[in-house]
Amino acid sequence: MSLRAEDVSWEVGGRLLVQGVSLSPEPGETIGLLGPNGSGKSSLLRLLAGIRPASSGVVTLDGVELAALRRKSVARRVAVVEQHADTSVDLDVLDVIRLGRIPHRGAWSSPRPEDDAAVRAAVAHTRLEPHLHQSWHTLSGGERQRVQIARALAQQPTELLLDEPTNHLDIKHQLELLTLIVNTPVTSVVALHDLNLAAMYCDRLLVLREGLVAAAGTPSEVLTEELVRDVYRVRASVTPEGPDGRPAIRFLRAEGSGTTDAGCTRKAISR
Amino acid sequence: MNGTGTAEEATSERRTGRGGRRPPAPPDAAADTRAASPAPRKSGRVTGASGTAVLWGGGLVVLALSIAVAITIGPARLAVTDVWQVIVARIGGGESGLTAIREGIVWDLRLPRTLLAAVCGAGLGVCGAVLQSLLRNPLADPFVLGVSSGASTGAVLVVVLGFGGGALGLSGGAFLGSLVAFGLVLLLAHSAGGTTDRVLLSGVAAMQLFSALTSFIVFTSADAEQTRGVLFWLLGSLASVGWSEVAVCTAVLLAVLAVCLSRAAALDAFTFGAEAAAALGVPVQRVRLLLLVATSLLTAVLVSSAGAIGFVGLVLPHAARALVGSGHRRLLPTTALVGAVFLVWVDTAARTLIDPQELPVGVVTSLVGVPAFVLILHRTGRGRTERRGASR
Repeated sequence: MSLRAEDVSWEVGGRLLVQGVSLSPEPGETIGLLGPNGSGKSSLLRLLAGIRPASSGVVTLDGVELAALRRKSVARRVAVVEQHADTSVDLDVLDVIRLGRIPHRGAWSSPRPEDDAAVRAAVAHTRLEPHLHQSWHTLSGGERQRVQIARALAQQPTELLLDEPTNHLDIKHQLELLTLIVNTPVTSVVALHDLNLAAMYCDRLLVLREGLVAAAGTPSEVLTEELVRDVYRVRASVTPEGPDGRPAIRFLRAEGSGTTDAGCTRKAISR
Repeated sequence: MNGTGTAEEATSERRTGRGGRRPPAPPDAAADTRAASPAPRKSGRVTGASGTAVLWGGGLVVLALSIAVAITIGPARLAVTDVWQVIVARIGGGESGLTAIREGIVWDLRLPRTLLAAVCGAGLGVCGAVLQSLLRNPLADPFVLGVSSGASTGAVLVVVLGFGGGALGLSGGAFLGSLVAFGLVLLLAHSAGGTTDRVLLSGVAAMQLFSALTSFIVFTSADAEQTRGVLFWLLGSLASVGWSEVAVCTAVLLAVLAVCLSRAAALDAFTFGAEAAAALGVPVQRVRLLLLVATSLLTAVLVSSAGAIGFVGLVLPHAARALVGSGHRRLLPTTALVGAVFLVWVDTAARTLIDPQELPVGVVTSLVGVPAFVLILHRTGRGRTERRGASR
């Protein structure tokens, strides 16, 4: 059961950002959300987290509508990692991870042993022990994302929603981060831009285009040359050469733009 | 309302200089050292439950001592024991052993004034800390939502134009004015989408509008004497306050502090923005409205009693953060204590520095506050460069 979206739509100012999307991850699965910029990935994640109410359709948690649950009860089950979490507040890594215990604590109660245990487990899982007392503002982009994931794990969620967590990370950190997410024993829904990474790490994929579902299924079913051409409007060759025969995507130059590209390259080199 | 020429000066007792001219303790010393040496991040920061207990216990003792000593400073020669005897006599009954006029100086003049200074410092500090977190802006202060400008317009309407036909005092007018201004800010912010930025921008708009209205009324209608009185009040003054103001302000302070503390975890959750707070289970709209209303109400009550004392609410939360970190369960009581001690000494300086004249307390807080403000700007600026460096 867990978290399900049934035919959800979200309309803002007469524009449909999400249109009739359904999603029902199996427990423990990692689902990749794909689609071009503005296709509704972040909007769908907001609906799934219950941060925004759906205009139509329902998001349910164990069969109960999110709208009928207290925000706090939702936050004990569903954790969110944003694309670019940042703050001007001066705080250290441990402070950030401890924020994850807020939904579990009463208004006046001080941290209990189970709070400390959850924080310790999250720290251990993300291997952040050496950074605990480092200031947030001195962390690299990859470390910040790891800290945010640790904060999300400290919430002890059953579902983890991540919005392009690998943005702006170098390739090593992208791989490390996705390995971390896949190895986390919770259901994850990850918005991603990199098709190869999505193919490598996700159990199932949901491709959005202008708020509508363009395709859904396993990476091999979904990632085809036709889909890449239709949804992203680029040419690609897709071969089953990824790990375990998963699709590997190689992008090709746009037709007719070869000379311009070459010109650009020459200019860049001569500079 | 004008602070000069109170009964205290009329007693014409000879100044002895004993204990006088004590410089106010700079509460932001910790912030300075921290800004200067960022390397060990937590150096000088109080951590752990026992550390916090010691800090608060010590803070309360320092506050009590500060109040007691501050009362002895001034033209009338008094000792801490005199202050104690008067308080015991007034509360417990019996004789203080002091002359009626000296007892009056303690009980009717200096004690309520010093207590109100403590309450104002605590209240403005707490409001500033809450608004800085809620609006995610380190430069937010209790007046950022137009409360003080609304209060000044209300006060000017009453004092200069005789609005309310004498039924409203200056304080009443100021209170109504601040509520009107805050209501306008809420309406504006709500109609513009209700996001943090909109709240701030609406506050700035209201501040400009009501400041302009105040200036307009003063320039078109006020005479020199009225202008001076209003100006003195606008800059913040604790002169000629009575026990009723102390009682009202203390009650509202305690209530609002309790409300803010009960939402301390929610305030922590706002660290990474409203959406992150919502994802952490905070009913964002409800908590934001509750805290905006609570802090604005407290600010309105304080401003109506003591004028717009600037910079306390802006600078002291940062000093308190340097002491105990950004967690609001520890930050809010610490800010209250630091603010109370700070304003007790600043007010003492304000009424003694150019004796027998009196400076508006807001002038002194700003004289101390501006250098601290520059430091905060410097620190946030450096934080940004650090972050840019880290992302490279």
